[in-house]
Amino acid sequence: MPDQSAVISAQGLNLTFQTNDGPVHALKDVNLEINKGDFVSFIGPSGCGKTTFLRCIAGLETPTGGQIFVNGMTPDEARMARAYGYVFQAAGLYPWRTIGGNIKLPLEIMGFSKAEQNERVGRVLELVDLVGFEKKFPWQLSGGMQQRASIARALAFDADILLMDEPFGALDEIVRDHLNEQLLKLWARTEKTIGFVTHSIPEAVYLSTKIVVMSPRPGRIHDVIDSPLPKERPLDIRDSAEFIAVAHRVRDGLRAGHVDE
Amino acid sequence: MKSVLPVLTVVGAILLFWVVSVVPMNMHLTADLAQRQNIAVSPDTPVARQEYSGIGLTLRNTHLFGMTYTLDRPRLPSPHQVAVEMWDTIVMKNVTSRRSLVYHGWVTLSATLLGFAIGTGLGILLAVGIVYNRAMNMSVMPWAIASQTIPILALAPMIIVMLGSIGIQGLFPKAVISAYLSFFPVVVGMVKGLRSPDGMQLDLLRTYYASPNQAFWKLRLPASVPYLFASLKIGISASLVGAIVAELPTGARAGFGARMLVGDQYGQPMVTWAALFAAALTAAALVGFFSLMERWTLRRMGMQAA
Repeated sequence: MPDQSAVISAQGLNLTFQTNDGPVHALKDVNLEINKGDFVSFIGPSGCGKTTFLRCIAGLETPTGGQIFVNGMTPDEARMARAYGYVFQAAGLYPWRTIGGNIKLPLEIMGFSKAEQNERVGRVLELVDLVGFEKKFPWQLSGGMQQRASIARALAFDADILLMDEPFGALDEIVRDHLNEQLLKLWARTEKTIGFVTHSIPEAVYLSTKIVVMSPRPGRIHDVIDSPLPKERPLDIRDSAEFIAVAHRVRDGLRAGHVDE
Repeated sequence: MKSVLPVLTVVGAILLFWVVSVVPMNMHLTADLAQRQNIAVSPDTPVARQEYSGIGLTLRNTHLFGMTYTLDRPRLPSPHQVAVEMWDTIVMKNVTSRRSLVYHGWVTLSATLLGFAIGTGLGILLAVGIVYNRAMNMSVMPWAIASQTIPILALAPMIIVMLGSIGIQGLFPKAVISAYLSFFPVVVGMVKGLRSPDGMQLDLLRTYYASPNQAFWKLRLPASVPYLFASLKIGISASLVGAIVAELPTGARAGFGARMLVGDQYGQPMVTWAALFAAALTAAALVGFFSLMERWTLRRMGMQAA
């Protein structure tokens, strides 16, 4: 029985997609516990199942074997309980809604009152440093700002869990650094549990308390690294010996996963 | 505004072609008339002249050049003759007069608008059905496509006669034909529009545990608006064509179609041509109206018009 006290707990999780080229083993025997307040990164080459695993947590994919619990519930129950906010690769803001209107989208769907909606929009815009952009339309914002708005949208309804699927993958290095720094501050302030998919080693090491290294075909967990880095992380921590050591271990894990093919 | 010069250039070229064509097109009629007025014509019998093409006859009778533009019943009226006819029947006649093109235009336009409203409503409903219902998805589209392959000219009299036999006459049968032509672009555009949200946007709504109803009103419908406008612009001109076609085969006494037919049957080409141009201008105005609506709506929605 998986540990139901963990925020996310997966036991022997398997997922096989039936495709025209035969079955694809997207996830094989995945066991993982994520505790409250963890910042967990999933890293690995494409096809390793990191996004699929995140989607399993979110109830967007149904595993073909094993068990997974989110806050002690099945992913579907957790989805109905609106237990998590999901941030996708692209900001996916509705072009016909202002930034404020986009953030209100989940709030409208979940039936918050108008006053409550406005109050929350103000609060999350402040969290992602977009105060004053409420009335702007998405096309008036840069890519980085749009992605911050999409994070605000995921935060608006106070889910404990934030699932992020390569949210900064399409942004340039400098914007990415800046957003990583902001994300850490936001995580410290909100004490959320974050699942974060990436294929950048520095990003994974910089952000995470726990790094899950995955390998492809079949997608499985190769290594789980508990980061020894302190919670307080200035950007220049990336030059420290500890940081480099962790990054090294991640890189070794990724390489070993590849040799297996 | 940048398009003004190219458009005017094309219009100018068409006018020039038209003006030049008037001479050979009307030369046989002109030669007959000139002969009756004792003007020398070569060759001097109508039968002999039939051996010549319009151009050939023009080259032998260049002195008749000017007369080709002033015939009462030309084969091809010149632009100024059409313009005079339009001025007379649009501006100079009382709009309630049966000889006013405004009156006939309104008859056709009212059928067009009613048919367009029916067609658009039907098109949107069918599109929603196709997107949300598996059976409709498999079955409706082939029929919708098939419906457009039937020549409307063959179908229109049948619809009018059948509706007439159950006592429905006047505006409504014409509107049915307009609707028949205009629902199709709306179905095609709206199906595409309602399906335009990508997997990510649909997944996002799933993470909110949104109901299918909410997904429709908050995502699919707004996402389909640009597609809808593209369809409406095609649909409204198809509607106008439908209304005119509906007036042709049934001896309608009013409407652009009736005017075209009257001009044809009574040998008044200017009447036909004036009705033709008035219909074209009406279509342009309708499409222009929807273009403005599109820009206004998309700007208000925060999406910039393409």
